[in-house]
Amino acid sequence: MTHSMRAPALFALVVVLIIGTGYVQGPNTALTIVNYGLISAIMALGVNLQWGFAGLFNVGIMGFVALGGLASVLMSMPPVKEAWVAGGVNILGGLAIGAATIIAAVLAQTRMSGRGKTLVTLAVLIVGFFAFRTVFDAGVVAVEAVNPASTGYLGGLNAFDQGWFSILGWIFGGVLAAGAAWLIGKTALGLRSDYLAIATLGIAEIILAILKNEDWLSRGVKNVVGLPRPVPYETDLQNDPAFVERAAGLGYEAVEASTLFTKLLYAGLFSIFLLVILWMAQMALKSPWGRMMRAIRDNEVAAEAMGKHVTARHLQVFILGSAICGIAGAMITTLDSTLTPTSYQPLRFTFLIWVMVIVGGSGNNFGAVLGGFLIWWLWVQVEPLGQMLMNGVTAGMADGSALKAHLLDSVAHMRLLTMGLILLLVLRFSPRGLVPER
Amino acid sequence: MDILNALVVLTNFVIVPGLAYGAQLAIGALGVTLIYGILRFSNFAHGDTMAFGTMATILFTWAFQAAGISFGPLPTALLALPLGIAVTGLFLLGTDRVVYRFYRQQKAKPVILVIVSLGVMFIMNGLTRFIIGVRDINFSDGERFIITARNFKEMTGLDEGLAIKTTQGITIVTALVVMAVLFWFLNKTRTGKSMRAFSDNEDLALLSGINPERVVMVTWLIVAALATTAGVLYGLDKSFKAFTYFQLLLPIFAAAIVGGLGSPVGAIAGGFVVAFAEVAITYPLKKVLGYLLPDNLAPDALVQLISTDYKFAVSFVILIIVLLFKPTGLFKGQSV
Repeated sequence: MTHSMRAPALFALVVVLIIGTGYVQGPNTALTIVNYGLISAIMALGVNLQWGFAGLFNVGIMGFVALGGLASVLMSMPPVKEAWVAGGVNILGGLAIGAATIIAAVLAQTRMSGRGKTLVTLAVLIVGFFAFRTVFDAGVVAVEAVNPASTGYLGGLNAFDQGWFSILGWIFGGVLAAGAAWLIGKTALGLRSDYLAIATLGIAEIILAILKNEDWLSRGVKNVVGLPRPVPYETDLQNDPAFVERAAGLGYEAVEASTLFTKLLYAGLFSIFLLVILWMAQMALKSPWGRMMRAIRDNEVAAEAMGKHVTARHLQVFILGSAICGIAGAMITTLDSTLTPTSYQPLRFTFLIWVMVIVGGSGNNFGAVLGGFLIWWLWVQVEPLGQMLMNGVTAGMADGSALKAHLLDSVAHMRLLTMGLILLLVLRFSPRGLVPER
Repeated sequence: MDILNALVVLTNFVIVPGLAYGAQLAIGALGVTLIYGILRFSNFAHGDTMAFGTMATILFTWAFQAAGISFGPLPTALLALPLGIAVTGLFLLGTDRVVYRFYRQQKAKPVILVIVSLGVMFIMNGLTRFIIGVRDINFSDGERFIITARNFKEMTGLDEGLAIKTTQGITIVTALVVMAVLFWFLNKTRTGKSMRAFSDNEDLALLSGINPERVVMVTWLIVAALATTAGVLYGLDKSFKAFTYFQLLLPIFAAAIVGGLGSPVGAIAGGFVVAFAEVAITYPLKKVLGYLLPDNLAPDALVQLISTDYKFAVSFVILIIVLLFKPTGLFKGQSV
């Protein structure tokens, strides 16, 4: 097969796989795969920007995705007015004190000199910390006491209950993730390459800890459910006579038609975002900026000698890539219409994306998109396939034997093995991926 | 008397657990630092190597228990430990042969090796879950305590008790033995010296006729021993759960970097720094202050600086501070 035909052929394969899924498992399953595939493709584009363009190794994708999810809640949920009255001032004041403390400490570190510097910094930090805790904790207690079974948090900014606020939330997800990325990049970039990996690993764990424990912000493990969404609700569609009639005209039942219709609308929205981001990434890759990034990736010393500010460019691309992951994370939360902090697993949200990028072809945007769809499809199908495999393996064993039960129970862990194996095999035998960088 | 009571509370809740946890982190960080020194990459699979080794040890422990073999007052797991180390060593040599050697011969960039180690990590994690499941497993047996709180109170007549768990005692003793043996090996034996030479300057070591494959093999075996020991000690002290070991990766890396990657002494110091910071900052100081301060000043609140849910944040902040101010770590590790 010629080189130019390879990418279209592989994309055609993905289409065939998805249509096949539609025939075998029903159009609903196929559309669900498409929606998550679209989001996965966006995440893969973000990681490709960092790894493929710049060679930065980010092991904290999960953290940026989770931040996006939080942004989606903060933007699209209606505010809890009683909670704002009870503790809003304290919480905002506390956060302001915290921010002021950090700024003062940084100023003390950078502006002062001599022996007093460390002492002043420490004093500022200690006084600030206790002031922060005093003001802030009072607010948290007050907010979390407001109707804890259903709210107990501040809610979001969507005072008018508008569905399209969730789309604002997606963009806000990008902003939040970019902020976190700036913080990490500022400290860990410019040092040895593995330091960034370790720092991102850490920030992901911390963001997750915040989501799980700061009930005033995200309801913690009580989860936020019923997020407003930018598409109509299925029940509303089913009660709409015009819609039911049109569905009947196409030969569909109202219930099935409404689920398919909303999923199609989501797919349309996600596709717009994916196409815009893909177009921007392609343009960036072709531009002088993209050539500079690749030059830096391939030889940092030479690029630096040519007068490029390597660390600053790395910071730039790291922030951009993380922002894209944040946008995708906000989309997932809107699509699920719940924020479940315990559902963020490094395997699902960090490692899987890496497999997508590397299998698809790092450095190639179309490769990343392809990897996003292909690996997501595989991820969904590995479990039924593993189940079939295990049933086959254990078919000869006596019923009720401990080994048989154990093997059947372990099917859920097949994904870890499969994905690890795929990554290692691709890295070894086809390190440039399915659609290599040109 | 109040001061003594305060000291006992502090020892009971901060110093003893900190020492035990620090020892576990130190042994873990020693493994990371050795791999970094010899193989020159940050091994993300280390947490799961610990989990794998612990799993092997638990399986042998169960076999021993089923056969009626016990270690008297000490946990049976200590008897099973050498077998667990052997299995882990073989497994690591296998992964090196199948996975890492190819990239070493290619002279791949360190970041590629890091990604590869991520792949190995997920396979190991998958295997561990596949074989032993994701449950919390408590495999400690034998005496529970060296000193119980009540005995201590009776002995000293103080209001506060000091309890030292057997596992804490074992951890500290084992850690001392492991460190002594490791340093003796690195400093006195021929193989250890060749390892240090290889770590300092690869080309020079090759020129002097050191066989790199042998050095790498010995390193993996030592790392297997360290990781399994650290994992088993942690599991005895708390309990075994595959996912916790993945999360241990962060404090272990923090410890290795704080000490200076590549420096064994640094790894040990880093382990204790991270452990004490974590335990001290997440411990509610109310009781201690209650004894030390006059009654009218005694605090009502818990005086817990950070809730235990954020203990990972502590190692992370330490890591960031070190990266900002002293990227080579306390003991001048390698840095590029």
